[in-house]
Amino acid sequence: MPQKDISVTRQGRSLAEQEHLRPQKNHIRPAVDIFETEQDLVLVADMPGVDKERLDINLERGILTLKGEIEASNHREPLFREFSLGGSYYRQFELSDVFDSNKTSAEFKNGVLTLTLAKSEAAKPRHIEIQH
Amino acid sequence: MANWDILQEMESLRREIDDVFRGFGTARLLGPTFLPRLSGREYPHINLSEDENNLYVEALVPGIEPQNIDLNVMKGSLTISGERQESESSGRTWHRRERGGGTFLRSIELPIAVNSERVEAQCKNGILTVTLPKAEGAKPKKITVKID
Repeated sequence: MPQKDISVTRQGRSLAEQEHLRPQKNHIRPAVDIFETEQDLVLVADMPGVDKERLDINLERGILTLKGEIEASNHREPLFREFSLGGSYYRQFELSDVFDSNKTSAEFKNGVLTLTLAKSEAAKPRHIEIQH
Repeated sequence: MANWDILQEMESLRREIDDVFRGFGTARLLGPTFLPRLSGREYPHINLSEDENNLYVEALVPGIEPQNIDLNVMKGSLTISGERQESESSGRTWHRRERGGGTFLRSIELPIAVNSERVEAQCKNGILTVTLPKAEGAKPKKITVKID
């Protein structure tokens, strides 16, 4: 099993962008799965209602920001409501700077975002052979 | 007080109390989108709306292939069931695991009669929209009052 060698926390650096300082009112924190394999760090987020074009993923100075605007709902007469259609998703993570930004891939399917960040060579676990 | 019905009053009181314990309001509207493991009865989350001709049920089903969702209309209720595959966990080091998986089944009682032959469903970006045309007899009729 690979070692946990990347730290994932949720602090933003600039005050205005920090997740916990943003107004709570209209933003939803998407539920995420984050796991590490030998080569990659993979983040999976539930973001139903977002169109691919309105999804904004940003990795800057070690801060990963997920943003997604939910398509405005149509104007039907609501009878019963359990989730809001409107507003946006917003969530941040702080990652240590050990990714190869050229090898990042994102996929969005059925309202689920899968983000694969390749570890840079320096961050990969290395086997050292013992010479006889 | 037209048609005051004790059973209906009790039902609405029960629902109000349930909502309090569930954290109805913004907490619920902004809550997790899919966690059937914890309470299969409440997932998927739904919105019910209507216009002149149709009832609409929208359900949050992120990460579920449309062919894995079962819809049934029977006797004035709509049942949504299916399963969300859980991701494999071996060989991985987990940092966070918030997304639920598993099977779900939810029945929604429809407030008016629908034409079950013409129900349509569409899945887009993890939101399932079911369009249920209202039965002819259930549509509101406009009556104009003539003034002599």
